[in-house]
Amino acid sequence: MTAPLPDGPITDAEIRKRQRSRALAMALVLGGLVILFYAISIAKMA
Amino acid sequence: MASHPIARSPVDRLPADWRDFLALTKPRVMTLVVFTALCGLLAARVPIHPVIAFTAILCVALGAGAAGALNQWYEADLDAAMRRTARRPLPAGRMDRQAALHFGVGLAAFSVLLMGLAVNVLAAAILAVSILFYVMIYTVWLKRRTPQNIVIGGAAGAFPPLIGWAAATGRVEALPVLLFALIFLWTPPHFWALSLFVRSDYANAGVPMMPVVAGTRATRIQVFLYSLPMAAAAVAPWALGLTGVLYGVTAVALTAAFLALAAQVSLSRETDPALMRPERRLFGYSVFYLFAMFAVLVVDRMVIA
Repeated sequence: MTAPLPDGPITDAEIRKRQRSRALAMALVLGGLVILFYAISIAKMA
Repeated sequence: MASHPIARSPVDRLPADWRDFLALTKPRVMTLVVFTALCGLLAARVPIHPVIAFTAILCVALGAGAAGALNQWYEADLDAAMRRTARRPLPAGRMDRQAALHFGVGLAAFSVLLMGLAVNVLAAAILAVSILFYVMIYTVWLKRRTPQNIVIGGAAGAFPPLIGWAAATGRVEALPVLLFALIFLWTPPHFWALSLFVRSDYANAGVPMMPVVAGTRATRIQVFLYSLPMAAAAVAPWALGLTGVLYGVTAVALTAAFLALAAQVSLSRETDPALMRPERRLFGYSVFYLFAMFAVLVVDRMVIA
């Protein structure tokens, strides 16, 4: 469930990797919300 | 691009992973919350658009996640002192406290707003009350002050079927209030069974759980005593004619087993947590019990009645 905390000094590569995975997760959440809001609008109009 | 080492310190570290944000929402606790809300919604037997129903349950899940995140934000020091919770994102140092606070507040506001706009205002109001109750009444006010923390705080976990019903009907009626009462009265025996065999954890963290303050003997008796009104709440929907015979017979059988296990706990004198089998059995069964009761209620209301 949780991401391991790497030992030793943090590298740029580690930070970029973590940022990429967060950005991807955020993109998926926002994409899901777009679909949800569209579906709610259609359901409310029906 | 070259990788430059950066000094690791509490304030200069990797940003939290998305899985840590997910862990902050207590997904395992959320399972029971979502299930009971869904059962409340289905038991209402009112036609509801599937998208609106999905949105209602999503809002309950997000609201529960927000409450869990705010609970972990406030209790990071307690979690660090307990074996069971020391690996959570905040005590383990994988997340900044402020990030957890922002996440929790944002998620809570979003879930209530979405419920109000997409489903109905009553469901949103009950959702807001349940989040505030869990965070302000249970986490901030009661948990560190009184052994009755679980008794009163249990109300927070009892709201989901009420929210599900309100989402479907826009009203609050007798059956969802009884379902609220069932979870409310189920919570003390469920949590006290757990706290009996993790007593040292709570004692080390300074949490005044019943076994820490009143001792194991008094707690075992309380477990059984609270099981009695819970049993009454469990069979009340059938006794009042709100459900059919399937629910009634199943509720009587499942509740009798619950009472038998609670009686075993009340008779136990075991002091070694590793050997507290009746307590572990009751804790495990209590989770199954609630799932089974709500599942049977839905089958009874939707299929039989």
